[in-house]
Amino acid sequence: MHQLSQQIFSGLAAGAIYASLALALVMIYRSTELVNFAQGEMAMFSTYVAATLVDAGLPFWVAFLVTLLVSFLAGMAIERVVIRPVENAPALAAVVVCIGLLLIFNSLAGWIFTYTVRDFPSPFPDRPVLGALMTTRDLGVIGVTLVMLLMLFAFFRFTATGLAMRAAAQNPDSARLCGIPVGRMLAIGWGLAAAIGATAGIMVAPVLFLDPNMMGGVLLYAFAGALLGGITSPVGAVVGGLIVGVTENVVGTYLIASQLKLTVALALIILVLVLRPNGLFGTAIVRRV
Amino acid sequence: MAPILQLRAVKAYYGQSEVLHGIDIAVEEGGMTVLLGANGAGKTTTLRAICGMVRSEGEILFAGQRLERCATEQIAGLGVAHVPEGRGTFTGLTVEENLRLGAYTRAAGPRTSLPRMYGYFPILAARRRQQAGTLSGGEQQMLAIARALMMAPRLLVLDEPSFGLAPRIVEDIFAIVERIRKEENVSVLLVEQNASLALELADHAYLLETGYVVASGTAKALANEPQIRRSYLGY
Amino acid sequence: MMKGFTVAVADGLGIGRYAGLRIGAWRWIGALALIALAAALPFAVSKYHAFELTMVMIYAIALLGLNILTGYNGQISLGHGGFFAAGAYTAAILMHRYGVPYWATVPPAALICFALGVLFGLPALRFEGPYLALVTLAMAVATPQLLKYFDSWTGGQQGINLVKVQPPPGLSLDHDRWLYFLVFAVLLIAIRVAANIVHGRTGRALVAIRDHPIAAAAMGIPTARYKTMAFGISTLFTGVAGALSAIVIGYVAPESFSLFLSLSFLVGSAVGGIATIGGAIVGGAFIEFVPNLANDISDAAPWAVYGLAMLLLMYVMPRGVVGSLARWLDRQT
Repeated sequence: MHQLSQQIFSGLAAGAIYASLALALVMIYRSTELVNFAQGEMAMFSTYVAATLVDAGLPFWVAFLVTLLVSFLAGMAIERVVIRPVENAPALAAVVVCIGLLLIFNSLAGWIFTYTVRDFPSPFPDRPVLGALMTTRDLGVIGVTLVMLLMLFAFFRFTATGLAMRAAAQNPDSARLCGIPVGRMLAIGWGLAAAIGATAGIMVAPVLFLDPNMMGGVLLYAFAGALLGGITSPVGAVVGGLIVGVTENVVGTYLIASQLKLTVALALIILVLVLRPNGLFGTAIVRRV
Repeated sequence: MAPILQLRAVKAYYGQSEVLHGIDIAVEEGGMTVLLGANGAGKTTTLRAICGMVRSEGEILFAGQRLERCATEQIAGLGVAHVPEGRGTFTGLTVEENLRLGAYTRAAGPRTSLPRMYGYFPILAARRRQQAGTLSGGEQQMLAIARALMMAPRLLVLDEPSFGLAPRIVEDIFAIVERIRKEENVSVLLVEQNASLALELADHAYLLETGYVVASGTAKALANEPQIRRSYLGY
Repeated sequence: MMKGFTVAVADGLGIGRYAGLRIGAWRWIGALALIALAAALPFAVSKYHAFELTMVMIYAIALLGLNILTGYNGQISLGHGGFFAAGAYTAAILMHRYGVPYWATVPPAALICFALGVLFGLPALRFEGPYLALVTLAMAVATPQLLKYFDSWTGGQQGINLVKVQPPPGLSLDHDRWLYFLVFAVLLIAIRVAANIVHGRTGRALVAIRDHPIAAAAMGIPTARYKTMAFGISTLFTGVAGALSAIVIGYVAPESFSLFLSLSFLVGSAVGGIATIGGAIVGGAFIEFVPNLANDISDAAPWAVYGLAMLLLMYVMPRGVVGSLARWLDRQT
């Protein structure tokens, strides 16, 4: 029983990472109806930027903030330059562009930073806490994620730009009629998503160790979590990510055939989706005939 | 008085098809002009051309500025408030959030305008925290108009405000619009299928048919034109 | 019969239409010319290039299936690599374990993959858009894991080595060129079948379901049955391609059937043009040749070049090469 609780709690820490990346995916989906398959690789690249800054001697949290800023700007630039040409193209073209972006980031990271697996420092010490149910590092990760989520919530709820972004995502035509520069809102959305991804990458790198293929599995679980929660629901993204994190951990511990962990975890998630095809919090898209 | 909005030889296109074939329209400053016509005549297309939402050619002048090359959001920033067909409310946001969005372009922000809007539309004040999608048709129309007014516009463009509403509500809305026009000194360009009511309120009128202006003049003159009375007013 | 066959191939490839000619005779003369050219090609190039061209055709067959699903039925699949693997391993196991002659492994592979596709298509009915993407993505990711796990059948990590195919005696063809013609024959049949499906009642029903599912159902089209059939047909084609790939390459192993393969298929079909048949061939060429070209351009970051190529193609031709070409030609007439 104690082991199960332990797995559940450390699953929450992994789940926090999946929840962050899932939130980034949902944000982009809400505004552009596009699943950004490159989100994981962008996050990985940001993590390498942070690693480079730390190697250069910057204190961890300074490197963290600088990386967030750089990622935000890069995310905006990517939306403007790479994504905008296919925003109104057939959906498949946009999917292919995201796949292309994935390959580009992965390959560039391997070229610039090499494929050698390396360490990444964690700002949190790794000590057991709560009667060995969790470690301080787990708590730190969950804490950072919580702070980020609260800031995002406040941004969208209480600021004029946040409101304008929500409007632009819901109804771009009406938003333009209010004078809202919808294109710029989309760019900001991508920037925020990139910054969120960077946070997720930096939080997970100490555990997974940094290499260009670090985020592949994370993205997959985040995608599953986002869909489990409902691809249009930010709350769903967080809940879905947490559930996936716990499921992955529990399955990994109790499953004899550990090579099949990913398969079994995904199968369970899909089983839930068969029962609720729009996710736990998603709304069915009601189409007027 | 110079017209606040002037369209000269304006053509509009949906894809490859030409839908407006060179129309001339003027809206006097401080006045109300109505565009009449059957379905498919091009009334909504004209409004969309003004706001840069369809491809167009020709001259569109607003308070001395050329609008043809401007993006929709820029045109809104210049002082043109468009209440589209179907109202275009943000159904997932609250009433108050919808109104705040109207003030996006105003540097002063919504603080001063909100109380005034609630003054014109008390029902909105009562429902300020409700999700806009749960409002009735008439209330949503009021919300849409109020949101447009939050922009402190010089020109209010209304596309079929009476659509789908009971006659009593329509009268209320038009009464408010008329009051607003006088008190806020806003010019109004109105598209309506409900011709008799529109001609009562408007100063000038244009009649569109399949992309052409086939009649124009003062509202009174058009209302008395026998052809129009037969086709559009029913008597 | 030959003429009818050629006309169907011509229709499938859009010859005659693309040349702006609507005269019947020109269509099948054009197709015959192309077929003759393709038949001469393997002798004009080296054995290795003949092998590469054979792979292009194999990918084209796989993409024909994917195009039917995505282009005509609007369902995006990120998992067709899994069905390709199913076809390949079926053929490999039949040959290796049961000594079935290579040419006889294709029909069972086709049937098994059809059944798998229908089985898969049934629950997939409940999913749309990104949800379907996840379900198919799960399949693509699960495939290498499952292949390694059931190692008593699949040979696990090491895979299965197959006996090299001998060309039939009497024909003076070497191994590579014999396989080229074998695959070529299958490709022609595949194009004929695909063209018939797409231009027939099934195709029209699929397009109706894709564009207006509610209206289609209201018209009495059994949408569930057609959508499941579309899945089954697409996996049948992909399974056949997989079986052929096992025969041609002579070796199957889990790494060849990773997520990357599924993504390549998706990209290939988009680059070619999803609602077209000619696009399958363009897509197949893209998958086979562009990664090698990318390697030539930059051996430090070849996949970045590959990714960039995808991006640029989508900007310039968002409906794929053949799709955009067809559109442009439509506008000229």
